[in-house]
Amino acid sequence: MRLIARVGEWFDHRLQLAAPIREAAGHPVPRNTASWFYVFGSAALTVFLLQLITGILLALIYVPAAGEAWSSLQALNHQVALGWFIRAMHGWGSNFMVAIVLIHMVQVFLFGAHKYPRELTWVVGVFLLLMTLGMAFSGQVLRFDEDAYWGLGIGASIASRVPILGPFAVKLMLGGPIIAGATLSRFFALHVFVIPGLLIGFVCLHVLMVLKLGINEWPMPGRIVRRATYEAEYHALTKQDGAPFVPYAIWKDMFFAAFIILAIAACAFYFGPFGPTGQPDPTIIQTAPKPDYFFLWLYALLSLLPPALETPFLLICPPLVILGLILLPFLSGEGEKSWRRRPIAVITVLMIAITLGTFTRMAQFTPWSPHMNAWSGDPVPERYIHGTTALARQGALVFQVKQCRNCHSLGNTGGQRGPALDSVAVRLTQDQLIRQVIQGGGNMPAYGNNLSPAETTALVAFLETLHPASQGPARDAALDLVLSNGQVKTSGTQP
Amino acid sequence: MSTHTVTAPPAEGALSRRGFFMKLGILFNGFAAIVLAVPIVRFLLSSVARGRGNGYLSWVPLGNVSNFPEGETRMATFRSPLVMPTDGKTVDTACWVRRLAGDQFQVFAINCAHLGCPVRWFQQSGLFMCPCHGGAYYRDGARASGPPERGLFEYPYKIENGVLTIDAGQLPTPGDPVASLTSEKPPCA
Repeated sequence: MRLIARVGEWFDHRLQLAAPIREAAGHPVPRNTASWFYVFGSAALTVFLLQLITGILLALIYVPAAGEAWSSLQALNHQVALGWFIRAMHGWGSNFMVAIVLIHMVQVFLFGAHKYPRELTWVVGVFLLLMTLGMAFSGQVLRFDEDAYWGLGIGASIASRVPILGPFAVKLMLGGPIIAGATLSRFFALHVFVIPGLLIGFVCLHVLMVLKLGINEWPMPGRIVRRATYEAEYHALTKQDGAPFVPYAIWKDMFFAAFIILAIAACAFYFGPFGPTGQPDPTIIQTAPKPDYFFLWLYALLSLLPPALETPFLLICPPLVILGLILLPFLSGEGEKSWRRRPIAVITVLMIAITLGTFTRMAQFTPWSPHMNAWSGDPVPERYIHGTTALARQGALVFQVKQCRNCHSLGNTGGQRGPALDSVAVRLTQDQLIRQVIQGGGNMPAYGNNLSPAETTALVAFLETLHPASQGPARDAALDLVLSNGQVKTSGTQP
Repeated sequence: MSTHTVTAPPAEGALSRRGFFMKLGILFNGFAAIVLAVPIVRFLLSSVARGRGNGYLSWVPLGNVSNFPEGETRMATFRSPLVMPTDGKTVDTACWVRRLAGDQFQVFAINCAHLGCPVRWFQQSGLFMCPCHGGAYYRDGARASGPPERGLFEYPYKIENGVLTIDAGQLPTPGDPVASLTSEKPPCA
């Protein structure tokens, strides 16, 4: 024991680190901050360290070259002992990290911790969030499969829309004219050197500021933050009702950190690694690329925005959101901290969470995408052709062969891009059906060039049978009267 | 032994010998930084600089004209004109070739004009459909429905000794369609 102490002393005489470490560990924090609500920052740091370790382990096998990356991932999954587990840890760690950083941010915002004097801590935190998202995206690119390949195409298409600089930005991003070897190499450099380096620096700054400025006290409704008095009040609080950070508060951080690591390991073990999906071969086009979980909301948004709004939205909104986040502590640097007295803050968080959650959920179903194989894979349900005329059955064939099913569902199978047609005859008269099929409109292509008059007649005859037994098809009563002298017109196309 | 005379500190605002050397040192390092920055920036921007004008484009063959039956649309693949040793399969690109009649062709990029996903041709309905966000195009490449704001990207083509060749080599994107825009045609043309 004595020897260890002497060796320790020898080192500390030269390093002089023991005193500052002891001081940092023992600095008094308000007792009520030793809360389970205050564990997310340290959890984010823990996951970051886990990502560093698993990332370095993956780099022992992974080959960052477009020709070999995919096969090296296969080798990790199937050849290297527990390679699949390390990949799964890294992938799940990434999801956990984004989630924990977001939760940490919400907690900080609702507890008013971004207010004076911790504005800069918040701003650095915003950059940490952006870098975390950057890591998530670039990490998805390094999993160089078909989703990564086409995902890069989507990124390039978005970047190209920047006025004037767009085409240059695309070539800079891709490292050449197309998505190829240079693209993967530069995303590797970003993911492994540039962003992690910045992250380490910014995390140090972030933690340093937390140490220097003190952990945000538990917000009490009515305890107002004022620039002139806050710091004195905080010091008084830590004196009267403070306790040393170690061990008074840190034990909860430690428990939660261990819990998170075990949770990631459990997910990794149970669900396994993410992909890789098909090979990054641009000549294989039977693919429906989808982004990773935390970018699904963006995928939904890009499908649902009106086309004309898309480019302005993509170019204007992200800078505005980032600017808003950075300016937040300067616009509301004083006043109430407690979320109980900040209803607008709470509503804002809820609105954003519900919006992102809804978009994410929708992107898991992608109702806006045609089902490419529905026309050959999903038959017309039997009950819709039972007891119909030969013409209507011919129409059902036209309906399948002309790929209407890719966008329209019958009996809950088929695409959802267009409306379900189970009771379309109730909504549209014969004339309206013909017009819709031939001219399209309302987001439907025109089929006039692709249907012969006979096919159109058959198709519409089939569509007219699609109504509930209890409800007759829609008809234009006035037209019947005008055309028929009392005789109801039943079939035939209009000129 | 001579004694060192202590020089009086220079008057405020005056430049001392050491202060002068420090400023000179900063200037010298600034010069070194510029000397270093020029090649670094040039290296970083090499992919941009080369792409100015149509630096990446060249004529690539798609195959004999006879491979493409009249009135049909077929997929063809070509190798990107610029190949680096580490590119793997990524340099092979697909495109859609529509032969109207005789020497009249339309060659469409595989990339959707919305966000670049691969569009698929459906012969029976005469439509290109995109699996990502649901864009659809008519057989002539004109926009039919969905989020794209324009028709499919089209490669310029020519026929040399019976071989169909296209001017390609760069990923077409909405902000940089590379080739001339698909001419505006009414949807039922």
